[in-house]
Amino acid sequence: MKHLLSAKDLSHDEAVMVLDTAEAMAATQRHAVKKLPTLRGKTVVNLFFEDSTRTRLSFEAAAKRLSADVINFSAKGSSVSKGETLKDTAQTIMAMGADAVVVRHSACGAAHLLAHAGWIDVPVLNAGDGTHQHPTQALLDAMTLRRWYAPGGPASGSARAADGAPAPQGRDLEGARVIIVGDVLHSRVARSNVDLLTTLGARVTLVAPPTLLPVGMDDWPCEVSYDFDAAIAAVEPDAVMMLRVQRERMSAAGGGFFPSPEEYSRGYGLGAVRRTAMPEHAIVMHPGPMNRGLEITADAADDPRSRVVEQVGNGVSVRMAALYLLLADEGNQL
Amino acid sequence: MAAAQPSGKQILGAAEIQRSLVRIAHEILERNRGSSDLMILGIPTGGVPLAQRLAAALEMAAKGEEGAGAPPVGTLDITMYRDDLGRHPIRVPRPTRIPGETLEGRTVILVDDVLFSGRTIRAALDALGAIGRADAVQLAVLVDRGHRQLPIRADYVGKNLPTSRSEKVVVALTELGADADAVTIVDAQTQEATR
Repeated sequence: MKHLLSAKDLSHDEAVMVLDTAEAMAATQRHAVKKLPTLRGKTVVNLFFEDSTRTRLSFEAAAKRLSADVINFSAKGSSVSKGETLKDTAQTIMAMGADAVVVRHSACGAAHLLAHAGWIDVPVLNAGDGTHQHPTQALLDAMTLRRWYAPGGPASGSARAADGAPAPQGRDLEGARVIIVGDVLHSRVARSNVDLLTTLGARVTLVAPPTLLPVGMDDWPCEVSYDFDAAIAAVEPDAVMMLRVQRERMSAAGGGFFPSPEEYSRGYGLGAVRRTAMPEHAIVMHPGPMNRGLEITADAADDPRSRVVEQVGNGVSVRMAALYLLLADEGNQL
Repeated sequence: MAAAQPSGKQILGAAEIQRSLVRIAHEILERNRGSSDLMILGIPTGGVPLAQRLAAALEMAAKGEEGAGAPPVGTLDITMYRDDLGRHPIRVPRPTRIPGETLEGRTVILVDDVLFSGRTIRAALDALGAIGRADAVQLAVLVDRGHRQLPIRADYVGKNLPTSRSEKVVVALTELGADADAVTIVDAQTQEATR
């Protein structure tokens, strides 16, 4: 593995390996000394052309826990706003001696361009490119789900419910049923999750109003529904993942994708009634930040089966795993 | 170590490996005056089954003595503490399990299959230090093949095995999928040639 650009690039075995590594990283975080010497002397550059506090903090925490040095670059107030190109920025970063680049950009394919244009020759981690991909988000969702989903679990009545303990090594998500609800059209989280969860053996159902679904998604390996309630009844999900809806998309200027927040909430929001309709063991996930009262009610967000805070913690473990796997193998192919 | 039986010169068979572990168990009891404060930690991969066997041997050897019983056994993964990152194919870290979650008041016996450069043990000492402060740390290995690159030595050795650098010591254990326990010396160059 040279770069981590897309959840689609990961094979089943690679994805399981990243998740196993992430569990090992999580285990080290319970020790007296959380810092590992693994990447001592390496420099990781966080190249953020788009604002994202939590993803940047998560990558920064991950790199620092592995003893790497971190340089943060944000486009705001930098030469980028004076017209510097991605190429120039990349080469400047390289000249400073970076060993890996974490990139967030508003344009789809920016991470791929950076990795393959020949400007730099260090591992590139995609931290979100436009509406395209956000692979570490999908990995942290998979890690969370792997902890809470027991194959042949309570739904089949055979095994006990998963209790959120670290998943055994080598486990995938065979048979897990996941519903992803919300603005699929603009969501790199949805795309990445469809790719990764399917690779790991889960069955994904997307639920969204027709205006918030992309065209040409016939070849996506998932099912699509316009009706949240019908989907819950039909799928009996092990997890429901709510996507963030941006209020500005409601106005005519933002595209007018749906008439009003109230209407969206009624059709596609997660509240107490839908929470009750879900199987008892099903968990609630959200990539954050949440719009309480829009796509999720406060009750559902604070439900004991809500795993939103845990997802953030798992994010650090997953990013530690990704940095370790990309930086440790210098030239050794998986 | 490799699961398949390698072709090479067999140094130890199943019976000799077991005998070495029993002898080490007695040495440990003698030196630590019983097994009550001991904790056995195996270093993956080869050290883990050896640690289990050593704990069983200690329980047998300590029978009738005060505070007898099998000492707690755990595993100590050292992947994240290695200093040769990038020189070897990637290793997926394995779980570290510390019985009772604390090293306080314990004498830790680290167990590994082969002692070679000493770098694994250095990494293990770092890993242990991150978890807590043990009263003392001792090292038991099945085979000491020399060629140390660091000032590290084992407290308990199953067999001292002088080797050349071009040779490879392979420890096959049934727990790791081998047909039978064996310690074999393989000439790395001929092994490459026959591959």
